[in-house]
Amino acid sequence: MHELSIAMSIVEMAQEEAELRGNVQIQAVHLRLGLLSGVVKDALLSSYEMACETTALEGSRLIIEEIPVEIYCSNCEAQRPVHSIQYFCCAECGTPSAKVTRGKELEVFALEIRE
Amino acid sequence: MSPEPRMVEVRKNVLKQNDVIARSLRERFRNEGILAVSLVSSPGSGKTTFLERTLTLLRPPYRVAALVGDLATENDAQRLARSGAPVKQITTGTLCHLEASMIQKALDGWDTGKLDFLFVENVGNLVCPSSYDLGEDLRLVLLSVTEGEDKPLKYPTIFNSADVAVITKMDLAPAVDFNERALDRNIEAVRPGMQILKLSAKTGEGMQEVLDYLHKLQRLRPQAASMS
Repeated sequence: MHELSIAMSIVEMAQEEAELRGNVQIQAVHLRLGLLSGVVKDALLSSYEMACETTALEGSRLIIEEIPVEIYCSNCEAQRPVHSIQYFCCAECGTPSAKVTRGKELEVFALEIRE
Repeated sequence: MSPEPRMVEVRKNVLKQNDVIARSLRERFRNEGILAVSLVSSPGSGKTTFLERTLTLLRPPYRVAALVGDLATENDAQRLARSGAPVKQITTGTLCHLEASMIQKALDGWDTGKLDFLFVENVGNLVCPSSYDLGEDLRLVLLSVTEGEDKPLKYPTIFNSADVAVITKMDLAPAVDFNERALDRNIEAVRPGMQILKLSAKTGEGMQEVLDYLHKLQRLRPQAASMS
């Protein structure tokens, strides 16, 4: 369970951004979370609340957009969704591929602020 | 104060700090000609026994060292020190994984320039270590035959973050009706083309393949002079 330390990094990062913008109030943090990031959405959501306590972000929301896993399919010669996280092959033609092109994201994408 | 909140784009990797340190470690290893190999697995899969054996067999001719992460005890470091290689313990307390900064701190003041291999044994955990780049050149995921053939399907993320699967305790395979083909199939499903090494650190079976593999990688590793 490393979601708490991830949540604390998110809060820290958001606070820095708020300061850079003249101590704006942050209402929500938008996060892109890849299904292969190794971070569990629900655990992160509850950790976020804890991490926000007694900080300027207390009461803010964490909005998570889950990013599906995509691979490069050599048969389709294109980026394709993976069949499933247990089965790394092209969802369209079934060609196996270990070239992950999407789904490892752990990124603060945007902030909802009030000036 | 405006009544409506507004969106501002940030686009920052949450683990950026870790990745920056990992990158500088990787550069250091490359400049010093070290091949850094990390090990991840569940608790009890035989990382320490495998590592002890590997360190002993590589040395000589190679100069090897190890960092070993553990929650509380220093037992693993003491066991590994029996190989004669320099070993440093990283006690993580309650933290379930190693981070690049811990590697950096553990290497602080350590003259690693004379090493050929640095092994990093992560905390026994198949979940958390997958998110953290430690600057290693090669990540081994270990799985013992007693853990069940479907483990790769349960932990696809860690298998996806690793380069090679090492199947340990092969001497116990008959006792647990280990289905080798099922395991191969499951690893192939979550990480197509992944190299699989099967061994018993206890009997020594399969260890030569590990040494050959490491030897080849050390020989082929990119040299500092050809750095782009």
